[in-house]
Amino acid sequence: MFGGHFQHQASIREEKAANGKAVVGRLLGYLAPYRLRLVVVLLLTLIGAASAAGGPYLVGRAVDSFIAVGDRTGLAINMLLLLGVYLAGLGARMLQGYLMGWVGQNTLALLRGKIFHKLQRLSLQYFDKHDAGDLMSRLVNDVDTINNLLSMGLVQAISGALSLTGILLAMFGLYWPLALAASSVIPVMLITTNLFAKMARRAFRKTRETIGDVSADLQEDIAGIKVAQAFNRTGLNQARFAQRNAANRDANVGATAITSAFSPTMDLLSTVATIIVVTFGGYLAMEGMVTIGLVVAFLGYVQQFFWPIQQISQIYTQAQSAMAGAERIFDLLDTEEDMVDAAGAKTIPHIQGRVVFEKVDFAYDPLHPVLHRVDLAAEPGQTVALVGPTGAGKTTVANLIARFYDVTGGRVTIDGMNVRDASLDSLRSQLGIVPQNSFLFSGTVADNIRYGQLEATDEEVEQAARLANAHDFILRLPQGYDTVLGERGNSLSQGQRQLVAFARAILANPRILILDEATSSVDTRTEMLIQQALEQLLQGRTSFVIAHRLSTIRNADQVLVIDEGRIVERGTHDQLLEQGGLYADLYRRQFRDVEEKAATPSLAS
Amino acid sequence: MKSLRRALKYLFPYWTTASAAFLSLVLVSATNLASPQFLRLAIDGGVVGHQWSAILWAAGGLLGVAAVRGVFTFLQGYLSEKASQGVAYDLRNEIYAKLQGLSFSYHDQAQTGQLMTRVTSDVEMVRQFIGQGFLQLMGALVMLAGSSLVLFVMNWRLALVSLTIIPGILLVFARFVRNVQPLFRQVQQKLGALNTILQENLAGVRVVKAFAREQHETKRFGRANADLLAENIRVTRALNTTFPVIFFFGNVGTFLVVWYGGNEVIGGSLSLGQLVAFNAYLGFLMFPIFMLGMIMATMTRAGASAQRVFEVLDAESEVQDRPDAGPLPAIQGRVAFEDVSFRYAGAEHDALSHVSFAAEPGQTVAVVGTTGAGKSTIINLIPRFYDVRSGRATIDGHDVREVTLESLRSQIGIVLQETVLFSGTIRENIAYGAPEATQEEVEAVAKISQAHEFILEQPQGYDTRIGEGGVGLSGGQMQRIAIARALLLNPKVLILDDSTSSVDAETEYQIQQAMDDLMVGRTSFIVAQRISTVRNAGKILLLDGAHVVAQGTHEELLATNHLYGEIVSSQLRDDSHQQSATFAVDS
Repeated sequence: MFGGHFQHQASIREEKAANGKAVVGRLLGYLAPYRLRLVVVLLLTLIGAASAAGGPYLVGRAVDSFIAVGDRTGLAINMLLLLGVYLAGLGARMLQGYLMGWVGQNTLALLRGKIFHKLQRLSLQYFDKHDAGDLMSRLVNDVDTINNLLSMGLVQAISGALSLTGILLAMFGLYWPLALAASSVIPVMLITTNLFAKMARRAFRKTRETIGDVSADLQEDIAGIKVAQAFNRTGLNQARFAQRNAANRDANVGATAITSAFSPTMDLLSTVATIIVVTFGGYLAMEGMVTIGLVVAFLGYVQQFFWPIQQISQIYTQAQSAMAGAERIFDLLDTEEDMVDAAGAKTIPHIQGRVVFEKVDFAYDPLHPVLHRVDLAAEPGQTVALVGPTGAGKTTVANLIARFYDVTGGRVTIDGMNVRDASLDSLRSQLGIVPQNSFLFSGTVADNIRYGQLEATDEEVEQAARLANAHDFILRLPQGYDTVLGERGNSLSQGQRQLVAFARAILANPRILILDEATSSVDTRTEMLIQQALEQLLQGRTSFVIAHRLSTIRNADQVLVIDEGRIVERGTHDQLLEQGGLYADLYRRQFRDVEEKAATPSLAS
Repeated sequence: MKSLRRALKYLFPYWTTASAAFLSLVLVSATNLASPQFLRLAIDGGVVGHQWSAILWAAGGLLGVAAVRGVFTFLQGYLSEKASQGVAYDLRNEIYAKLQGLSFSYHDQAQTGQLMTRVTSDVEMVRQFIGQGFLQLMGALVMLAGSSLVLFVMNWRLALVSLTIIPGILLVFARFVRNVQPLFRQVQQKLGALNTILQENLAGVRVVKAFAREQHETKRFGRANADLLAENIRVTRALNTTFPVIFFFGNVGTFLVVWYGGNEVIGGSLSLGQLVAFNAYLGFLMFPIFMLGMIMATMTRAGASAQRVFEVLDAESEVQDRPDAGPLPAIQGRVAFEDVSFRYAGAEHDALSHVSFAAEPGQTVAVVGTTGAGKSTIINLIPRFYDVRSGRATIDGHDVREVTLESLRSQIGIVLQETVLFSGTIRENIAYGAPEATQEEVEAVAKISQAHEFILEQPQGYDTRIGEGGVGLSGGQMQRIAIARALLLNPKVLILDDSTSSVDAETEYQIQQAMDDLMVGRTSFIVAQRISTVRNAGKILLLDGAHVVAQGTHEELLATNHLYGEIVSSQLRDDSHQQSATFAVDS
């Protein structure tokens, strides 16, 4: 929101400009499954065109052959025929429009589905670097630009091309030298179109990017609205948004300047064709080489010639907007998936729970290593506590176990298997993670608890909630477990959200449990109750616990103290206290109020 | 259609541009009439009359007409787009401003994806009509009236015959608007739903991945996508059972005129030439009718979207400045709740029930209690994020509802429970509430919140970008920036809502030490789980089940309150036997 976004990779985009044809081809590729329907659409378009041509013909015949000679019956028959032609046109147009719309909408839905599917396959690294709002804009706004092209443009282009061919054929059939002279403007038109298309594409790219920025700004600002209000920032935010908004407006107006200039240019060129016919044809007629009637007929054709060209070129510019949108979509679809199952990735069998880090290095970006040669081994069933100052790398360790990121050095194994060799799905479905930010989805409380285990029965859901100490407060909600939570679960307090997230992890019945400050916003009394429940739950499962409240981790089998990306101390709580190092120090800070306790001995236990 | 009329009002500021566009449209039509004249000149004068000069004149004329037409075509397209983009710009800004001003209770219920759809997609639909559509509508109506007039002048009986199709067309239009507007609304609604799922999926990507629920999410999205597709197809069907019908009605006009007129000609009451000429002009009547058909779709769609846009713009903010609200003068910091009750929208129970307390200027008040007891709710009522249901919250005796929000909130520094930082540099984030703060001021508060050191370790120090597209920070680091952000406001009332939950105890202790000086002369509210954090507070409010069950100092509560004792002991339990030794060192 403070201006400047990251994905403006101008050079890459320029390169893509050359690949315009590839984008078109690829877009058309999405229509391939609907080949048959498209053939029908084409046939119907022909019928529609025939009806459009047949109408005036029959009207002319009515005048010349029947009205002029006073043949009432002939007129009646002719008129019924005309009505039939009109009806055929009606039917053809209805069906054609519907079919094309159907194909277009299905293609768009397919494209949206593909984008979403792709997003699901991208790693956290990708989401760290891309604005959610911009990604949303690709799926919604960019797909929408393609909509216009598919639902109207394609058919219009086809019918335009058809009538163009017809007119050209007629002209060449009539008198080819004049036809050749008139169509000499066509290459110029093609070149001009190409030129405009390039400019338009560049301009439209800008519109797509700026609407992405608007969307990114919106997404972030709506999500952060409470902070904005608390800090009286709304006025300033407004100004910033207006800037982005204005950039989008100006980009659109700029693009329009190009597309609006295009049609008059084409108009001018077809006027040149008319002038060629008038002068050259006039010369020919005056020389007696052609009849005046032929020149008049040619003029009629040249006039008609203009419309399909106008139409096609209009669509072509419109298509540029779609292309610019499609580029962004394909850009996303082509993003390399850095976190995919390795070729031959195996399903990790039922996890026993031995988690080992061997000389693990990790950096979110190459310049700033986060973990240095971390070694650790957790035996099945053990509870490992990760302790250390903020920013030391505790969450990173957890992230690597779940393979949210790939290590940059060393390896992480579970039951001896490198996590890179295991299929992500089989790995993560056996892990239960309660992350730092307990994110809930809109939906009922029960849906949220069931998130990792969709088949769970109501009883199982309730049991998990009881273990997490969430049952009581859930029952007090208006509809109990069926209470619909707002976005991010924001009808609950933060502590309550953590309890639900906890229940969610419990229900997933994981082999390895990772608690990343899972109860930081839960009051200590409730936390204690949870801990008692946890003790049962953790039996036979390996667990990693990150907490700043040392009381939470006192019972861990091993405590790893992490500082600046290294494990600086390891051992049990008692051993570490005896060592008198960093851990002992942290521990003392936490229980600074011991004097208090000494003063009120009655409270101890 | 009422919403559409209202949307059109947004065109007012651009009326000169819009009028110029309209004028251009008319002039383009006018120049179209000129071309045939030059062609006639070329044929009659040039080719037939064997005069080169006539041909050259005609050629020049044609070129001139094309040039003039070109200029006006360009102006028409460009200016109408410019006006409509201006309208879209204003609408977006207005919605954005509205959203910024809507109270917490609105945002608690609203879905980000739905709101975003309204700001982008719905505004775009309205824009498309206001840009080209409205101009074309006006143009079409003028042409319709003009050509009807011409037809009546030419032959009123044939004109009547041809105009019999008009009621039919109107009927089709009316049916279309009535039936399709709700469909368009549905499309936008479904698009919003899709957007919501997408937005949530992106925001919760960590959870999705942690539970390996990608397939489930894809299915969920697939359902919304299929819903949207179904609605879109419904619209497609409606569109395609309407426009071809209008086209057909137009053709029926020709059909009627030719048949009826033909019989008249045969009967001798009409000349053949008249019929042919009339039929030629009938085309001028049909063209605007077809155009109206096209416009009707954009218009109906825009109508549906305009409704959705105005729903947001018309939303009542529960919390807003009263008409008679004055600014809150510089405060001393006495915060008092008098018998305050509060309930969240849609909830069945009070979140706070008959809460009374007073915090004296300079006092530190700790809010302690069980999960969901109402700790954050108390905090949220002080800066008036929500309005109390009964009773009143006062600062220095001023009811918070009687002063302006800006003056109230600018004197309160708050660290919300959920840490939200924005993409931008660290400095920008700390200076969020006071953008003109100097580097020294920013650093000073960062030092107090123990953030300075780790900030310096970042690649570009205070200029390091964080958030989407930037460096990732740990939860504790984010909280410390959020604390610095609040401190920078130099507020008289400071609220820390569980603001150090992700900070390690050591750092928290340092923050506390550093803040001790700072707290002097400020009223502060601290919500915390750790007793060590709240132990020294001048007053502790103990909440349980929406009630303040006890208030007093740590010692007083320890002595008198069982729940408090339980909370304290839950943090100290089973340490007693090993602690005395360890802590003796420390004290």
